[in-house]
Amino acid sequence: MMALQAVALTVVAIAATAVVLVDDPVRQSMVASIMGLFLTSAFFALQAPDVALSMLAVSTVVIPALILLAAARVREIAGPGPRSGDDHDRDEGG
Amino acid sequence: MPPRVRTLLMGLAAASLLGLYVWGAAGLPDFGDTVSVYGTKVASVVSAERQTTNMVSAVVFDYRGFDTLGEEMILFISVVAVALLLRDARDETFEVTAEAERAERSPRGSDAVRALGLAVLGVTFLVGLYVVAHGQLTPGGGFQGGAVLGSALIGIYAAGNFATLRMLEPRGWMDAVHAAGAAGLALLGLGGLLAGGAYFQNFLYTGTSGDLISGGTIPIDNVAVGLEVVGAIALLAAEVLHDGVTAAPPPGEDAA
Amino acid sequence: MSMYPYIVAGWMLAVGLVGIARSRNLIHMVVCLSVVQSSTYVLLLAIGFRKHATAPITQGIAPWRRTVDPVVQALTLTDVVVEATVVALMLALAVDAHKRFGTLDPQRLRELRG
Repeated sequence: MMALQAVALTVVAIAATAVVLVDDPVRQSMVASIMGLFLTSAFFALQAPDVALSMLAVSTVVIPALILLAAARVREIAGPGPRSGDDHDRDEGG
Repeated sequence: MPPRVRTLLMGLAAASLLGLYVWGAAGLPDFGDTVSVYGTKVASVVSAERQTTNMVSAVVFDYRGFDTLGEEMILFISVVAVALLLRDARDETFEVTAEAERAERSPRGSDAVRALGLAVLGVTFLVGLYVVAHGQLTPGGGFQGGAVLGSALIGIYAAGNFATLRMLEPRGWMDAVHAAGAAGLALLGLGGLLAGGAYFQNFLYTGTSGDLISGGTIPIDNVAVGLEVVGAIALLAAEVLHDGVTAAPPPGEDAA
Repeated sequence: MSMYPYIVAGWMLAVGLVGIARSRNLIHMVVCLSVVQSSTYVLLLAIGFRKHATAPITQGIAPWRRTVDPVVQALTLTDVVVEATVVALMLALAVDAHKRFGTLDPQRLRELRG
């Protein structure tokens, strides 16, 4: 069974390197979500189901959502335009 | 300080940190052979003393309950700080009504996404409630279940729009839920004091192992923590979203 | 194999720190910080692991089975949820910094003093 833990931890290390190497925050949130998924399976391999449950819910939904919301908010402050128009139901036809 | 010097200092600091880490890790026992005295002791007494089948829940809410209170206060303070940073004193009600009207006129996204959201998020909500309620029996508890419930609420925003989220959790109500969870855990600890023992002592009848109501105060602690975590996640999302909604001018005046 | 999880945790710590130091975007920096946090979870759980032991749930397993250490799991599971809210706080600070200074670049934040 040690091979399972070794593989799971190796995949986590690769995903962590990928998260750091991506530059755009929007893309980085997706890679962080995938790293959270790999961390969940690594925690299962390490016989920790409680930790895996909390990591699953937090890292796959909550953290990417917060990152995307913050990135969208920054984009709006930078300047309203056609880029940020799809976040609100703005009536553009006027 | 010029960038080259900064990079050099960073390299030196990283090298020393790495050296210290390798020295420390080399002194650890082999992976899988660690002897944890406290853990073994807890594992041997927990099912007899607390009648829970989930050892981790008993450790979190009973044996190390004070640490959990500290962690929950960190959560509470973070949410309060985010609210302080992003909440402004502008008149909010007018903006939200305009946004809701816009949502009614031009719903964003496709019907397929909304139908899928309806199907999936109802199930997610139920699973979250199940995980909170069964913390003392199976892997689960307040933190995990609260996180699942919070992700269901975020999914409601993703599948619908902000107006839908607003209709489901008006901010005053979510504030109350969040505060009730935080206060609930602290006050439950006081129950231990009132019963003549230590703070956070398990003072309720523990029941039989395997039942839904077992473990004394642990199920009630789970509910309190679950309330706080779901309130925290919903508040965090709502703060960032609401900040975005109120900052943009309502287009009813632009488009005219 | 005997030290491999500790090496993985150390690698994640190092990679996260390098990401923070070289970052040109505050939000990117916060995500690299979450990588550093994850390295501490891996290290804690690796310390608690025991060979041929099962998860710390006593329902449905034979009473003579050994379990892994439940105390480190208790530390880690509260940690995961709490650090998510701390990440949210740091993202709110980044948004606020952008509102005040107009830039998310930490190298340029130094020049724009209020």
